[in-house]
Formats: sequence, structure tokens, C-alpha cells
Amino acid sequence: MGSITLQKVSKVFGEAKVIPSIDLEINNGEFVVFVGPSGCGKSTLLRLIAGLEDVSGGHILIDGKDVTDAAPAARGLAMVFQSYALYPHMSVRKNIAFPLKMAKMEQPAIDKKVEAAARVLNLTDYLERRPSQLSGGQRQRVAIGRAIVREPSAFLFDEPLSNLDAALRGTMRLEISDLHHQLKTTMIYVTHDQVEAMTMADKIVVLNRGNIEQVGSPLELYKTPRNLFVAGFIGSPHMNFVTGSYAQSKNAKTAGIRPEHLILSKDSGLWTGTVKVAEHLGADTFLHLDVDGIGQVTARAGGEFGAQYGDRVYLTPDEAKLHRFDDKGLALRA
Amino acid sequence: MATQNTKTLARLMMAPSVLLLLVWMIVPLAMTLWFSFQNYNLLDPSNVSFTGLFNYQFFYTDPAFFQSIWNTLVIVVGVLLITVIGGIAIALLLDQPIFGQGIVRILVISPFFVMPPVAALIWKNMIMHPGYGVLADINKFFGLQPVDWFARYPLFSIVIIVAWQWLPFATLILLTALQSLDGEQKEAAEMDGANFLSRFIYLVLPHLARAITVVILIQTIFLLGVYAEILVTTNGGPGYASTNLAFLIYRTALLGYDVGGASAGGIIAVVLANIVAFFLMRAVGKNLDR
Repeated sequence: MGSITLQKVSKVFGEAKVIPSIDLEINNGEFVVFVGPSGCGKSTLLRLIAGLEDVSGGHILIDGKDVTDAAPAARGLAMVFQSYALYPHMSVRKNIAFPLKMAKMEQPAIDKKVEAAARVLNLTDYLERRPSQLSGGQRQRVAIGRAIVREPSAFLFDEPLSNLDAALRGTMRLEISDLHHQLKTTMIYVTHDQVEAMTMADKIVVLNRGNIEQVGSPLELYKTPRNLFVAGFIGSPHMNFVTGSYAQSKNAKTAGIRPEHLILSKDSGLWTGTVKVAEHLGADTFLHLDVDGIGQVTARAGGEFGAQYGDRVYLTPDEAKLHRFDDKGLALRA
Repeated sequence: MATQNTKTLARLMMAPSVLLLLVWMIVPLAMTLWFSFQNYNLLDPSNVSFTGLFNYQFFYTDPAFFQSIWNTLVIVVGVLLITVIGGIAIALLLDQPIFGQGIVRILVISPFFVMPPVAALIWKNMIMHPGYGVLADINKFFGLQPVDWFARYPLFSIVIIVAWQWLPFATLILLTALQSLDGEQKEAAEMDGANFLSRFIYLVLPHLARAITVVILIQTIFLLGVYAEILVTTNGGPGYASTNLAFLIYRTALLGYDVGGASAGGIIAVVLANIVAFFLMRAVGKNLDR
């Protein structure tokens, strides 16, 4: 079991109101990602749930039980830290066994659990090594191993992949998703990387300045962003925002159109633009254009769309995929 | 430092200082060794002659000899125990965020800046003095008999004074080590259900191992030669109760005017220091390799 409920949770550091007030429901078995720009309070929120920070107001419930004032260890949660936080003078085996030893478990039972975890995480050959003798990805797995042996009601991940190189990050992303499917335990994952959020989450919580901007599945956020912030944050490359007469013609203050929803042509279209940069990725080509009367626009073209610096191209926004926002930045629905 | 060239160059550049250090060390050692085989008394400086091992026999048969070795070890071990344990405790306290942290830290560190004879004099006359010392006043306040520390517990008193002087050093080194402990590791241990004691045993103490080793090694070097505190307070007495090896050598050389005997004592002290160093490096030296 691992459902977590936040009721009007707030956090104040001195003068700074990091989290004004948050209500959130996390269901058992969900993979929830907190995403937002740096300083948005996502790590603070995770630490509040973990019990590493005291809440300034509100309540935290785990499985319906109020744990607002409970010690971190008493909450039955396990956390994987950004720096992995492995104990440097202990072997991998002792690192993974540490929480069990603290729980005063019998040595044979500990050995069995540690070896089972090591098998799941491919660490069996490294059990006698020290953390300093492991690679970044292996250390990451040890940190996860230390978390899973406790059989927590939920896992907390604090930007766990940010210290890994791009290739390894991709692999670990898959491994963590796979682990979630195997264990079916609630996981809360904090990241600033919206690609990680989109690829792993069942439910994404977009945070900005300590407030929840929107909660939803990855595709919900992509298709129906509630406001300008979510629209700009989710999706890569970012959504183009157009103001002025074009937006007014659509009865909106701002019109948003994703790069992949612009139809490019070399002969005709609604807008005309000059190619500033063309990024050829093979399958796709991202064009950064200077569109007449609108400004900077990013557009996605097929890999075969040959365009070079200085070329004139025509663009037409796909009206069905257009997002409209009012003067408060909230989305307008048709 | 990869190529043969850089290695040769490095050795060449280091050579002058290594040579200077070697001369600096070898010449006094050789002279001491030389004098230790001479019959050389300052009361009769014209009559210098070779005496073989007589000086060693003389020093060895001194009634204070074995007691002074024992006292030397008691001072070293006693002060190390107090400073390491007390240093860890104070460092743990100073690591907590408190009001006026900067001033408290300076206060704690200040004994280190007091010169040994001055510190010993203050302890002798203002703290441990049976007539007007602070400790005597406290005893009187509770209606107890004041303790004459230097007469009753001479060696213990010296251990206390020396420990007071070295406590700030240990605290400072251990505090910096403590502050370098990764905060996330502490939080991870907290999440893993480790209480304060477990965190201390499994996380803090192993982290401090290297710093503790440094404290023990450096302090041992200085504690083997404690001298000023003894001279100022007990003058080695009563009897030989607070005479250590360094003080015995001073006594032989400057009170007995016996250069030869003192030199022999010096050589014995060097041998003893090396024996201590050997066991010390075997016991704690491996902590430095990590």
C-alpha cells in the first residue's frame, strides 16, 4: 500500500514562502513525477513528504494515517538521493543491508534480501566492492537497492539521473520504469527534465513557484495544457507563442502552436519566414525561423525537408492543434 | 609526473631542500651520539674522554629512569584519550547551529594560542592552587577540604593541563572533518532508520577516522617531549612522580652539568620515540591510505 495525500501543505523558510499551499492525491502504485524549473519547490515538496523537512502548515497522510509529525524512518518511505548518498566506507553489501540492520533484522534474512536485490539490479558481482570502485550507473543501482530492500510503501527519487551522462540516463530511465512495473509500488520522482517526466510518469505534477500548475497524464498535459506555463514547459522543443493580430483573429490574447503542428512548405503558406538555424537530426529537422510580422518561431520538418540558413519557407499552423490563451494566461477551450 | 624528464627535474629541484633537512637532522643527531660516548661534564670541561657505554649504564641505572618512561607514556596516552574523546564531543556540539557560533568557536580554540609555560602558570596559581585557586574555592564553597593537586596528583594535574592545551587542536581538526560529511548521507541514514547513536557509530566515526589518526600522530610527536608544563608546576616532583623522559634529560644535563649522560638519555629517548612511532603507524597508519 502506498497512497499519499497532501492537505494544504505549506513550507516557509524564514521570509521566503517556498510552498504557499498544496493539495495533492497520489494513488497506490502510481508513478508520479514532480517537474518544474529549478527553484520551483519540487525538491522541497519531496523532502516534506520524506520527513526531512518539517511542514509549516497542513497535513501529510500516508495510507490514510497522519504522518505530519512522524520521523522519516517511521513513514515507511525510501529515498534515492541525487548524490546517491552511499556510505563510502561500507561495501555494497553493507550499504544495501544497512536499513535492514537498523531494523534489527536477523543476519540470514538480511543476506537473503540483499542477494535478491542484487540479482534484480545486476549487482551480484560487485557486492564486496566499495562505492568508490563503482561507476556512476552502478552507484545509482546500489542506491536503488538500498531503497528496495526496505520494501517501502513508496519510493522517493530526488533527481536521481542528473549526475549521469546522456546515454546512461536513457538506460537508467528504462530500468527505473521497468522496476516500477515489477514492484508496482508508488514512486515519486523529482526532475527538472521534462523528457524524463514525459517518458516515465503515470501522472505529472507541474510545479511553478511552489504552486501546482497542473496535474495530469503526460498526454493530457501535452494536449490540453491548462495555462501558458504548462504549455511552454511540456514539449520539446517548446511551444511557439504568437500574440498580436493573428491571436486576436482567433479570439485569444496568445495563440500557441507546437513546432510539430506547423506545416512547412517551400511554395505557399499563411506565414513566410527566413531560416536562422537548421538542426538536422536525421529523422527530424528543427528549423529556427524568423517569421515576418510574428518573430522567432521553431518548426519541425521531416528529415528530408532540405533547408539551409537564409532560405525562405512558408508555414501554416494546423488550426485543429492550436492552443488559445486569455489575457491571464489561462487556456481557452472551444 | 609522467615522463622520465619531469621525474628527473623534480628530483633535482627537491635535492637542495632534502639535503638541507638531512644535514639539519644528521648533524645534531651525530653530535648527540658522539657526546653520549664521552665523559663530558661541564663542571670539569677540560677532562673529556671516551667512556664507552658508561653514560648509558649511568642513565639506565638512574632510579628515575623507568618511572620517567612510564610517566612519559601516561602523559601521551592520557592526553590523547582526553583530547580525542573530548574533541569529538566538542566538535559535535560546535557543529550544531547556535547563536553566536563564531564567538563560541574562537573561545574554544583560544587555549591553543596560550604559550605552554603561561598556561601552566595560570593553572598552577589561579586554578589548582590549594590556597587561592578556583578549584579550592569551589571545594570550600561546598565545605570540602581543598585539594593540593600538585602534591597529591602531580602526574594527573600535568595531564589535565596539557590536555587543556591540546583540546582545541583536536577539536579544530575534528570539526573540519565533521563539516565535510555529506549532508545527504546523514539524511539517507535517517531515512534508513538509524538513530543518533547508530548514525554516530556507522557514519560519523568512520568518516572521522582519518582526522583522528592525524590528531593522534601529530599530538604524539609533541606529547613525547612535554617539558615546560612540568618545569613550571611540579619541577618533576614530588620525588620523581611527574618526571618524564624529556625532563629527566634536562635534569641530567643542566642540573647535573652532565653533557655525556644527557646525550645518552637523548639517544634513548629517540629510540623510544621510534618504538612508539612504529606501533602507532601499525595501529592507526592504515587509516591514512584510504
